Amino acid sequence: MRRVVIVGASLAGLRTAQALRAEGFRGTLTLVGDEPHLPYDRPPLSKRHLTGAARPEDADLPIPPDLDATWLLGTPAKALDPVGRTVRLADGRELDYDGLVIATGAAARTHPADHVPDGVLTLRGRDDAAALRTRLRTGRRIVVVGGGYLGSEIAGAARGRGLDVTLVVSTAQPLARLVADEVGAYVAELHRAAGIALVTRRTALGFTGNPALTGVVLSDGDTVDADLAVLALGAEPNTGWLAGSGVPVAGGVACDPCLRVLHESGAPLPNVVAAGDIARWPHPLADGAPIALGHWSNAAEQAAAAARTLLHHDDARPFTVVPSFWSDLHGSTLRAVGLPAHSDERRVVRYDVFGRRLEVTYHRAGRLVGAVTVGGPGRIGAYRRILTDELLRAA
Amino acid sequence: MRVTVDMTVCESHGQCVFAAPDVFAFDDEDRLIYEPAPPAALARHVRTGALMCPARAVTIAEDGA
Ligand SMILES: Cc1cc2nc3c(=O)[nH]c(=O)nc-3n(C[C@H](O)[C@H](O)[C@H](O)COP(=O)(O)OP(=O)(O)OC[C@H]3O[C@@H](n4cnc5c(N)ncnc54)[C@H](O)[C@@H]3O)c2cc1C
Ligand code: SF4
Repeated sequence: MRRVVIVGASLAGLRTAQALRAEGFRGTLTLVGDEPHLPYDRPPLSKRHLTGAARPEDADLPIPPDLDATWLLGTPAKALDPVGRTVRLADGRELDYDGLVIATGAAARTHPADHVPDGVLTLRGRDDAAALRTRLRTGRRIVVVGGGYLGSEIAGAARGRGLDVTLVVSTAQPLARLVADEVGAYVAELHRAAGIALVTRRTALGFTGNPALTGVVLSDGDTVDADLAVLALGAEPNTGWLAGSGVPVAGGVACDPCLRVLHESGAPLPNVVAAGDIARWPHPLADGAPIALGHWSNAAEQAAAAARTLLHHDDARPFTVVPSFWSDLHGSTLRAVGLPAHSDERRVVRYDVFGRRLEVTYHRAGRLVGAVTVGGPGRIGAYRRILTDELLRAA
Repeated sequence: MRVTVDMTVCESHGQCVFAAPDVFAFDDEDRLIYEPAPPAALARHVRTGALMCPARAVTIAEDGA
């Protein structure tokens, strides 16, 4: 293999490049990125960056000086031809490859309303975070829409900056889809204690104000006054450039257990792998059902595995790492391992809002599939080891 | 290999503990403790731990470097 092209120059792309070099790849390495920036970390964008405790450049990901890669930034890939083994860029350039890494991640889901006034934002990249941070300085009343961790983090950060905050979630509790109602109830208590108005079982239908936002119209007909709104409606995999390539892209790029990208025929494409938020692959904790995760550690870990699969085709190993995830909420850190969203039963081991301690285990058909904690960082590690040992035994 | 963890940056994610449990651990008070001069046999795991630390708190200096 002489030429490897990596499409997507963020965490998964950079870490795959590093892993390829660490595995001894000496050929040419080209990273193609839609954004004009070199890789940076996204988690601080909804945390320290919004509270003002960090500058944007603090999030730059370190690039090893000996990486020896060519960076083509600000030039999105537009098309893939897996038969001719070329990637076409928006500026018309064609890149031939012997190995291809798909690491184009995901984008913030947008709102379908016809009228989206000024002051309605989303958060995915560094430029979004800069815009939101500026708005938080002058904004007074903010509505955050979204029941994921991002919505809760943004609501917390805005509240910390003294804004009137309303958090709108479609479920009975925030985070319910990720970690179920038990942990959602805990997070709801934190939000209420911080003075956030929580609106549950409702969605945002539209917006009032022209040109500037004056309110958010909810699905029950109520309008919440606001001069700022952030939509944290989840992420959509960046698969547009794969249209016509014969790669199935529903819910992410479909991969085999070793992260080889599948062709619509069902066979893995020779020398094409995927890593990070874009990848959808069968996981043993989900009984082999394909999953896609928007987790930092998943992108970093998959990068190493995808690099290995690309270089050691005949000796590729399934990627079965137990997922792990964290989110910062009102000064405490919520940590998750495994697949809490794939459970049918929860056991609350500890629930102490006042002491900021939480421990919940997740089970499916009686078998442990995940855990969530607040506080006590050693506990979550223990659960991750139990899950890892379980998978090793089953393999 | 020499390992240092910047405790002003560490956020107790435990990724290092997971990657190299013989080098990193949490003590009874949930503080991170670690072996600053791990044996060469564990170097690979330590490097993974450093790469997997979201806070980038782990620094490695190779011997002789
Ligand atoms: C605000 C925020 C907070 C987060 N907080 C946490 C957290 O607390 N904990 C946690 O575990 N995870 C968190 N995450 C998730 C984590 O950041 C992601 O899992 C991680 O960024 C995934 O990396 P990736 O490289 O797969 O994708 P991305 O980081 O999405 O990168 C994909 C890159 O590909 C580029 N691209 C897209 N299309 C093309 C194209 N056609 N051609 C070229 N380039 C293209 C994109 O512009 C982007 O730069 C957070 C994410 C966000 C946005
Ligand atoms: S992974 Fe990093 S942040 Fe987490 S405990 Fe280890 S050093 Fe601290």
